[in-house]
Amino acid sequence: MQIDLATPGGLALSLLPEIFLVLWGCLVLLVAAWKHSEENATDLVGRISLVGLLGTLAVVWWMWVGDWTAGEFAAMMALDNFRYATSSVFIIASILAVAMSFGYLGRERILIPEYYALMLFGTAGMMFMGGGADLIVIFIGLELMSVCIYVLAGINRRSVFSAEAALKYFLLGAFASAFFLYGIALIYGATGTTNLALIDFQIAASGLNDSVMIMLGVAFLLVGFGFKVGAVPFHMWAPDVYDGSPTPVTAYMATAVKAAGFAALFRILLHGFGNSLEIWQTGVWWLAAITMVLGNLFALAQRNLKRMLAYSSIGHAGYLLVAVASGGAMGASAFIFYIVAYTLMTVGSFTVLSVIGRNGERDVKIDDLSGLASKHPWMAFAMLVFMLSLLGFPGTAGFMGKWYILAAVLKADQLSLAVVLVVASVISAGFYLPVVMAMYMKPTTDADSHRNAITSGAAKWVVIGTALALLVFGVWPNRLADVSANGADNFRQVSPITTPLSTPGAE
Amino acid sequence: MKTEYIALLMLMGLVVITALGMLVGSHFLSARRPTKVKSTPYESGIPVLGGTRERFSVKFYLVAMLFIVFDIETVFMIPWGVSFRQLGLFGLIEMLVFVLILLVGFIYVWKRGALEWD
Repeated sequence: MQIDLATPGGLALSLLPEIFLVLWGCLVLLVAAWKHSEENATDLVGRISLVGLLGTLAVVWWMWVGDWTAGEFAAMMALDNFRYATSSVFIIASILAVAMSFGYLGRERILIPEYYALMLFGTAGMMFMGGGADLIVIFIGLELMSVCIYVLAGINRRSVFSAEAALKYFLLGAFASAFFLYGIALIYGATGTTNLALIDFQIAASGLNDSVMIMLGVAFLLVGFGFKVGAVPFHMWAPDVYDGSPTPVTAYMATAVKAAGFAALFRILLHGFGNSLEIWQTGVWWLAAITMVLGNLFALAQRNLKRMLAYSSIGHAGYLLVAVASGGAMGASAFIFYIVAYTLMTVGSFTVLSVIGRNGERDVKIDDLSGLASKHPWMAFAMLVFMLSLLGFPGTAGFMGKWYILAAVLKADQLSLAVVLVVASVISAGFYLPVVMAMYMKPTTDADSHRNAITSGAAKWVVIGTALALLVFGVWPNRLADVSANGADNFRQVSPITTPLSTPGAE
Repeated sequence: MKTEYIALLMLMGLVVITALGMLVGSHFLSARRPTKVKSTPYESGIPVLGGTRERFSVKFYLVAMLFIVFDIETVFMIPWGVSFRQLGLFGLIEMLVFVLILLVGFIYVWKRGALEWD
């Protein structure tokens, strides 16, 4: 279906999922205001949010199946398959995070119904980041998302670690936003536009390939995104923030927030600077290599499961950066496949952590998992699937994801990065496998261990669903690979644009 | 490479040297005779009442934040009011959307009791 973005009605249609989600978020906020004194208010609001997220997913898929496009307009929001694919990832990650929150919030006595409203608004921000075709829209989406996450990180008011996490994330996040904004300003100064397609055109038309201003601007953007996705050397906040936040929020941060950062980075680099790879490819190359090696090396030293998963998510940011560095449609489709697999395995392992842990899961050591297999065999098996998938073991979706990234990076003639990726994966066996060893090969430390595990409710279905999906996509990846390739097809044409695109409302 | 930026670099260096020179110079050259009055913080001439690290009730921050939110609303509304005729129906609808979103927030803070002082 062709949408005419020159009319207000067409603009509203192009924003349909975002408008729906924001309105639903307002509704959730009002329900929270009216019902906040009731005992089961938090659960009620959570269920309403779940319905809203499912509805948004339906709208996104309706647009995707209906093939809504906007033609050659240089609009502020893109109407393409990449937007639909990344929006689906954000929404699915939010659905999983909301589902794993039900039991957790009750046990930790975090009875704050606004929690779910913040998740909905944060997801709307991510959708603006994944779909924004203009640096300003991407920035507003980034801020909308970040402000919600700052509050969510500190939502457990009784925990000093939660407060520390929120403050740390807020200060460093605001700092990163300033970098990002300065990068936008420099790029605007050099090209006279914030629209990605027009930036691409301007660089080609005015020969700005070696402009210092553009290079500095792109470098600042990379620093800003490096903070948001937790790439080394901008990762310092990640372990403390992931550690201190409530576990469902950590899962949300490690998956949806990271996916949103990467989606926006991908679109900026490939649509805004797609014909001038030499500006950014070296920088992304180094970021990816350092992040993969150091993230995995730091994880080796962790005894604490939550911190280990935090460092592992830094390592995975490196693998995703490899997909960015390879560029082009193949890199984009590998990115979508990997981010889906990564979301499933990360949410799954954090859910297992949240059901076995207590006291905000801060003190769950890897050795505390000893003997889990004999007490809760199915949960241990699910954790085994998550760990092997994070490691990239054949038969799991994590392996297929790494396979596609390797294929993309080899196609782009970057053999050295592929070698670094494989070496980093080998290092990562050193901290994923001890978890499996503890669960299956060590006896329980005492008779009481694992008694408090919550093995019912929505969290159980999250664990079962993610583990099953990882196995299915690992053995039979074709369907997901087709969907990923479809989501990446608008990165296929990398020929320079020869005519300036028309801007709606400019005439 | 980019020789036109050299002047800017020299200016930055000069600024840093001047600032450092003023700080270091006054540190070594000045005479210091501190008295009790001189070393108290300056509060517009009023005698100092106590330490600055006092805890305020969170209610003050809440009021300040709500003030900023609704202050920004006015900041957006004045230019819209000035160019109301040019913007026409489209501007009216855009403004309605903006005000309705703020209204939801207003109802929320009211129902949640953020406007009550006690």
